[in-house]
Parts: sequence; structure tokens; C-alpha cells
Amino acid sequence: MEKRSVDSRVRGVSTGTTILAATFDGGVVIGSDSRASIGGEYVSSKTINKVVQVHDQIFCCMAGSLADAQAVTKAAKFHLSFHSVQMETPPLVIAAASVLQELCYNNKEELQAGFITAGWDRKKGPQVYVVPLGGMLVGQPVTIGGSGSTYIYGYVDAKYKPNMSREECLQFATNALALAMGRDNVSGGVAHLVVITETGVEHVVVPGNKLPKFHNE
Amino acid sequence: MALSNVLHAPAAGFNFDHAARNAELEGLFDAQIPKPVKTGTTIAGVVFKDGVVLGADTRATSSEIVADKMCSKIHYIAPNIYCCGAGTAADTEKTTELLSSNLTIFSLNSGRNPRVVMAVNILQEMLYRYHGQIGASLILGGVDCTGNHLYTVGPYGSVNTMPYLAMGSGDLAALGILEDGYKPDLELDKAKELVRAAIHAGVMNDLASGNNIDICVLTREGVDHIRPYQVSQYKDKRKTKYKYGAGTTAVLTEKVVPVKLEVVEETVQRMDTA
Repeated sequence: MEKRSVDSRVRGVSTGTTILAATFDGGVVIGSDSRASIGGEYVSSKTINKVVQVHDQIFCCMAGSLADAQAVTKAAKFHLSFHSVQMETPPLVIAAASVLQELCYNNKEELQAGFITAGWDRKKGPQVYVVPLGGMLVGQPVTIGGSGSTYIYGYVDAKYKPNMSREECLQFATNALALAMGRDNVSGGVAHLVVITETGVEHVVVPGNKLPKFHNE
Repeated sequence: MALSNVLHAPAAGFNFDHAARNAELEGLFDAQIPKPVKTGTTIAGVVFKDGVVLGADTRATSSEIVADKMCSKIHYIAPNIYCCGAGTAADTEKTTELLSSNLTIFSLNSGRNPRVVMAVNILQEMLYRYHGQIGASLILGGVDCTGNHLYTVGPYGSVNTMPYLAMGSGDLAALGILEDGYKPDLELDKAKELVRAAIHAGVMNDLASGNNIDICVLTREGVDHIRPYQVSQYKDKRKTKYKYGAGTTAVLTEKVVPVKLEVVEETVQRMDTA
């Protein structure tokens, strides 16, 4: 399907999207929806993967143009892998975020892609960084992004607490994604969540019909 | 005056120098910017128990005219990988040919059959580099040592993998059939029938798709490229050759008049054969 929409800000396939990441006591949860759309009208994929592993314990969520985001994460994976071979040690989460930042900032005219990076490293433990469209880099304990994030700023501000337990944080992230998918037409599908701790990585997939339901659904 | 590009060969590839300026100008005048010609298409693919089935219609259109009633949209990439192409016909043809050539060289150098994911990565890198200027929407299917794979690559370079896919102007019609009929681990006949029905839906409901349906089955054992799998029910009975045998037209009279020629001038030129 080649409806190159005249109006849409993103050419080609857009990730629409709701992405988020939050730190808890001992780890970090990063998650996204799974809808890819064209022109804000056609869902070109219900099961697109937006949570990408860039290193053993570092994951990225992509937002914006799918083509641009995939190209950037590919380049980032390569750079990180090379960096960790040279340093002979796993890369720091800030290094992963910096790689994305360099790509996004230096090519800001051509690219339409934003990222959230989350992971665990030995130096600073669990961390979350956000690299939006222009190539800024900011570290935050919790962050949300994508078109669906506008609908959950209130929820996140009210409900996030630092040092939650793993289960509380997972529930918080699932609720946030469900609320955003419920209101944003270009976010939907399943909720992909990844929990990263010192010991390893765990994928949690919540299918659409198992997402928490709220009062008017 | 010699041609300008004899003295100075033009640089290869697309020239994006004016891309930013053109984008600015686009909004200013109501002038018509030439649009690339799309060829309507329905292409689909399904992963089944033992491999992958790809399907395509065979109509190539040039605005309202059917330019080719039997065009081949399932392109050979490697012995174990085939690719359906939708979008601009020239772009899909040349992109898949380029990919096939590169993978052949790779096979010769490395001594291995290419993997489907490698083909996908090469296509993605190329199409992304051209930022959507190459209008090719491709469905790649193949069987390699890691299993049965089906991918789609969009014109801007986005990649998606699913057990069933449809692209082209008839993709929504085909997708309806695929969404309804797909189940994991289908048998070969069911898979072929599903793809045929999906393309048929595109042929019936999309004006730019039509004529025959081609199917390509890829398994570990080999490839079965069935062209055509289903012939159009509207195929006409016209003969394409109009050669008449000797004697079809009766000869009524015959008159032979020899033409007398006079030698007017004679010159002899020696040819040096030494």
C-alpha cells in the first residue's frame, strides 16, 4: 500500500506509538505498544516490534518514522557492539543513549525518529534516557514518549513513585500503556514490556484482550 | 559540439541537491509536479508448515491501460529466496535483479546459500538510502537453514515480518482473506488455496490488479514456480499470430514479364587482398 499521505508528518510507515520506561528498585521496565500505521488511517502492522535490544542489558524503544528508527537502531547496534569489543567490557547505558543522540542530532534535518533507552550497567545500575526528535539527551527516572504519551502525562505524574517493587512497576507500566492505547488511535495492539535487572532480561507480552480495562470500556 | 556528458561523466545514483529547494517550492505554486507511474498490483505471501507460498496477479497498468497482461511479479533472488514486487514496475524489477546479482556473488565467494534475513537487510539498506525515491514495496519469502521466513520491505526502508502479508493496491482485499483464513502450520494445498483466494480477492476488487494469478511454492526440497496457477476467466480467444499458409488466397491470373537490363557503365576496381 503506497498511500504517501500528504498531511502526515511522517512519510511512509509511522510507529504512531506510546513508549515508556521507568526505574524501580533494582531494575528498569521499558515498554511500548505494537501498532504501525500509515497516514494516521491504515494500520499496516498490529504486531510491530518497537522494543529493540541494542546490547545484552540495554534496550531501546523507537518512535516516529519506522524506516528512520530501524535504520538508526541498526547503526546504533553496530556502534555499540564495536565499542564494547574495543573496551572489552559491556557498554554503559549512557553510551548507548549517546550513540543514538549523535545519530539523531547530526542528522536532524533528515530524520524523524525519537528514542527511549533503558538498561542496567555495573557503574550506575538501572537507568533511563530519552533522545527525542532534535537529538537532546536527558536522563530521567521515568519517561514517556510517542503520540500516545500526551494522554498519560497526568497518570504518570500521579502514579509513579521511585523505588517501587518489580510487580508494582510492571503494573504501573501496563496500566499506562493501556490508558494511552485506549485514547490514541495510532497506538494499539499488544503491550510489549521488558524488565531489565542485574541478573538479566525478561520479556512480558500482554495481549490486547488481557490489558487492564478502565471505567468506560 | 560534443555531448555534455562525454566530457564529464555524470555522477552515479540519484542527485538530492535540489531536494530541499523542491520541497519548499511544492507548496508555493499550483504547478503539477510529475508523479511516478504506479502499477497496481496484488501480492501476498503465507508461511506454511513446510515452507512459504508467494502469490501475485499478472497485470501491469499504465494509468487506465493494461500495459502487460502476463507480467511476472514474482522475481528470483536466490535458489531458496523469491520476491514479489509492488509499486513502480521498473524499480521492483531492477532492485530485485541487483539484489539477486549481489547474492550470487556472495554465494560464490562464501560457498553458502544466502539467508533470507541477509537479503532483507541489503534491501532495507538500499531503499532507506534512497529515501522513498525508489517506489518498491516488496514481499520476500524464502527457506534457509534457520527456517521459513516471510518479510516485507516498504519503499522508505521499513521492514516487518509476519506469517502472512499482502502489499500493492489490492492489499486490503487480500488481507481480508488472509486474516480470515490463516492458521499456523497449514498444509501445502490449504496454503496454496489461501494465497490464491487472497490474490483473487485483489483481482476482483481492485481495478489495477487482474488477469492471471501466479504462485510460487518454496520448500527445503526446492521451488515450484507455477505460472499461471489460475487463468483469468475473462481471457479472450484471439489468436496472437496471424500467419496465413501458402494458398489461403486463391490466385486468379498470373503474368510473368522479364525485365530487360542494359549495361550502361562498367568500372573495375582492384581489391588488395595481400
